[in-house]
Amino acid sequence: MNNASNSLAAVRFEHVSRHFGEVRAVDNISLEIYDGEFFSMLGPSGSGKTTCLRLIAGFEQPSSGKIYLHGAEVSGQPPYERDVNTVFQDYALFPHMTVEQNVGYGLMIKKVPTAERKKRVSDALELVRLPQMAKRRPSQLSGGQRQRIALARALVNRPRVLLLDEPLGALDLKLRQEMQVELKDIQKRVGITFVFVTHDQEEALTMSDRIAVFNAGHVEQIGTPAEIYEHPASAFVAGFVGTSNLVRSDVAQKLTGRAQMFSIRPEKIRMVEIGTPVQDGWTALEGTVREVIYLGMFTRYLVALEGGGELTVVRQNLDETSMDVLSAEGKRVQLTWQRVFDRVLETK
Amino acid sequence: MATLSPTQPPAPSVVRRLSAFFSKHPTLVLILLLAAPLLWLGVIYLGSLGALLLQSFYKLDDFTGLVVREFTLDTYKQLFTQSNLDIVTRTAAMASVVTLACALLAFPISFYMARYASPSGKVVFFIAVTLPLWSSYLVRVYSWKLILAKEGVVGWFINLLGLQGALDAILAVPTIGGPSLSVSMYGTFLAFVYVWLPYMIIPTYTALTRVPRSMLEASADLGARPAQTFWRVILPLAFPGVVAGSIFTFSLTLGDYIIPGILGNSAFFIGQVVLTQQGTAGNIPLAAAFTVVPMFIMFVYLFIAARLGAFEAL
Repeated sequence: MNNASNSLAAVRFEHVSRHFGEVRAVDNISLEIYDGEFFSMLGPSGSGKTTCLRLIAGFEQPSSGKIYLHGAEVSGQPPYERDVNTVFQDYALFPHMTVEQNVGYGLMIKKVPTAERKKRVSDALELVRLPQMAKRRPSQLSGGQRQRIALARALVNRPRVLLLDEPLGALDLKLRQEMQVELKDIQKRVGITFVFVTHDQEEALTMSDRIAVFNAGHVEQIGTPAEIYEHPASAFVAGFVGTSNLVRSDVAQKLTGRAQMFSIRPEKIRMVEIGTPVQDGWTALEGTVREVIYLGMFTRYLVALEGGGELTVVRQNLDETSMDVLSAEGKRVQLTWQRVFDRVLETK
Repeated sequence: MATLSPTQPPAPSVVRRLSAFFSKHPTLVLILLLAAPLLWLGVIYLGSLGALLLQSFYKLDDFTGLVVREFTLDTYKQLFTQSNLDIVTRTAAMASVVTLACALLAFPISFYMARYASPSGKVVFFIAVTLPLWSSYLVRVYSWKLILAKEGVVGWFINLLGLQGALDAILAVPTIGGPSLSVSMYGTFLAFVYVWLPYMIIPTYTALTRVPRSMLEASADLGARPAQTFWRVILPLAFPGVVAGSIFTFSLTLGDYIIPGILGNSAFFIGQVVLTQQGTAGNIPLAAAFTVVPMFIMFVYLFIAARLGAFEAL
């Protein structure tokens, strides 16, 4: 990553804030998005991720701070002067134009000669695998097709940065998973920097080279999917990315002797018979299975701890039938995990 | 919630049984709901229109003054006499310029209301636009007669600006001019634009509010300057609203007989002909035939609008 930060970042925020009256939608954010990477902005709604995207596009101007695109300051520049394109959440296809006219809109505005425009439009439609739809109207397309056309309309202009505002949000699960793979694939092929806004942590983990986790107008953590998942920098990140058990400091005190809150992933916890010997480097706790949630591929157990608090344990249904797992409710169990998987969190 | 208690199911009341019956027969519900409005539309509205069409194919016997109830195209032939054709073209021309003027005035107002006005500003605008509709149409038209009269406030103001010569020059134009603004076609035109403007503003405003902001952002994102976005995105998307408004302004002008009776140089409009033919002259067939003219013009107008793609973004 150090080598990348030496070259000019595709997008750079320097202490950028965007306030709407009293609301600090974006509050003093500094970040760098490297050239050619798939960068996700992940966070709950209202965390400032979409405002950040709109700041890059130019739909919003920062209240303070500076924004650079490829080293040039763009703060104050209107959207039509910026070399970025956006795929909108609602696609924003023009209903009075055909697919071809929609995709060619940017080229027409830039007065690209007709022959070249036609070629590039058909190439773009080829890229999103919808060449036969050129003469249709957006109203005649399915949600997934509209999404691809919106992508083609942005990519055809060969922007240096492509901004995607929750583009998969309106699609059903199956289609969304397909599009995740396809988007990543297209990004590799065209080599453009993708900035992807999502509230879906799985989506962010699937596609991104790096993720920025947003919360209440701040960036909580920036890192690769593995870093974010395995080393969450804060309680918020641990809770938002994947599911996490947050062990309160008073419980932690009893367990580890340190009064510091820590997180442990549910899949790292083993549920064994009471009295099973504890290996070196492992933590052990006793509790009662309060609830069993059978999820087909795996089962989620909510275990009430003896010392107070509750832990979620996830176990793959390897050898058990649904009857077996459901009968675990009410049983006293021992929970163990390797200490190395504890993530001590700063209390803010 | 006694009704949820499993031990004592409630005895099905009449209402309950009726609603159960209706939920099993949705078509019957639809028929019952639509019966009254459909009857109204079918019998009173379209029925009277049919009677009118029928009347237009009868003719008036010049000797007896009675309507001859036989199928004939003679009445329609009368429409094509020079004086009647003049009336038709005069009315259609007036309706066209009134519609054009209303569209040109309404668009910026609607655009401001839809895009820039604050929520409370919108309320103020809405009241301002619809306020004239709260008072009597006749009173408003008569006030225009006074405003535009030779000694009226407009004349006084023009005189104050020293533009009397220019006013005299435009009033001297043959066929549309006259002794004063209120006794010329200008007066007719101004009163028409004034009374029908709200009917243009409201549909145009509605169409403009229905253009999502993301569409304007998408246009800007793709490199379009605000003016380009206006011509290529906003205007085409708002056009159905303007067409809807123009249906009001155009057809209302085509059929009106009061304004040209009060303001104008006493040249006849279609509405006035219909009034006199069916009233004093007792020539109901000719009145009916004259009524068909605006309908025909509207059909042609809507056909052209549809061909121009006015309804494609609906």
